[in-house]
Amino acid sequence: MPTITVNGQEIPWEEGMTIRTVLNKMNYSFRMLVIKVNDKLVKKEDWDSFQVPPGADVKVIHLISGG
Amino acid sequence: MTELFNELFANQNPEYVKIWQNSVVGIAGVGGLGSNIAFSLTRAGIGKLIIADPDIVSTSNLTRQQYFLNQVGLPKVAALKDNLLNISPFTMVNPYPQKITPTNLSLIFGKVDILIEALDEAEEKQMLIENWQQLYPDKYLIGASGIAGVGKNELIHIEQIGTLFLVGDGITEIENGVYPTAARVAVVANMQANLCLELLLQKGN
Repeated sequence: MPTITVNGQEIPWEEGMTIRTVLNKMNYSFRMLVIKVNDKLVKKEDWDSFQVPPGADVKVIHLISGG
Repeated sequence: MTELFNELFANQNPEYVKIWQNSVVGIAGVGGLGSNIAFSLTRAGIGKLIIADPDIVSTSNLTRQQYFLNQVGLPKVAALKDNLLNISPFTMVNPYPQKITPTNLSLIFGKVDILIEALDEAEEKQMLIENWQQLYPDKYLIGASGIAGVGKNELIHIEQIGTLFLVGDGITEIENGVYPTAARVAVVANMQANLCLELLLQKGN
């Protein structure tokens, strides 16, 4: 069965899986995130449409105010 | 000028200084992170710094940022340029007293070798990282996330995802009783600056 890795954790891959599906599955509700799939950035506006391929390495980074 | 250059960098690695003198670094935001980053990069001998920030120096900035009492009320980029020139005339500083937007991003920073994200708000950080990485996926971008509080040095780390690096603890937000303090902000800033110098040497070799 194909899988993907999200922040180092392996989860099952599903047909039609988008970034939004992954965020919901992982219960990531943090507002400000940067997402990279196989080191390539996926913009927030594409989270509902971007198809996550099987075997993908997904990185979800929390952005926190302060500078 | 040549004499001053030789005196200034007398105890620095000449090969490194040569590479850094030929480098252009952008700093988005010159508050606690950006002003400290600019100081360290100027001391290292970076040839050109491009700095952008619309803010004006306020008294409360002085607890963390590299400005002085007699600079309160001045645009930060102008005050910082003055301070950097007082350290070394061998870093050219291009100041942009404006807010960074998706439309002016490449106009301001398009020529940099490395961009450093030193903005305050998470929304701004996200805007910059998303747009920059889409415009220039192959250029290094060094951001910061999670800098507030005191102590907890051991939580500060660097995360790398492709050409994006994020420095910080990834957890500590400025809110409800958690304040940014000079030492911890400067630690994160100097980790960003230190990483930038290292990456420039890798590129230069």
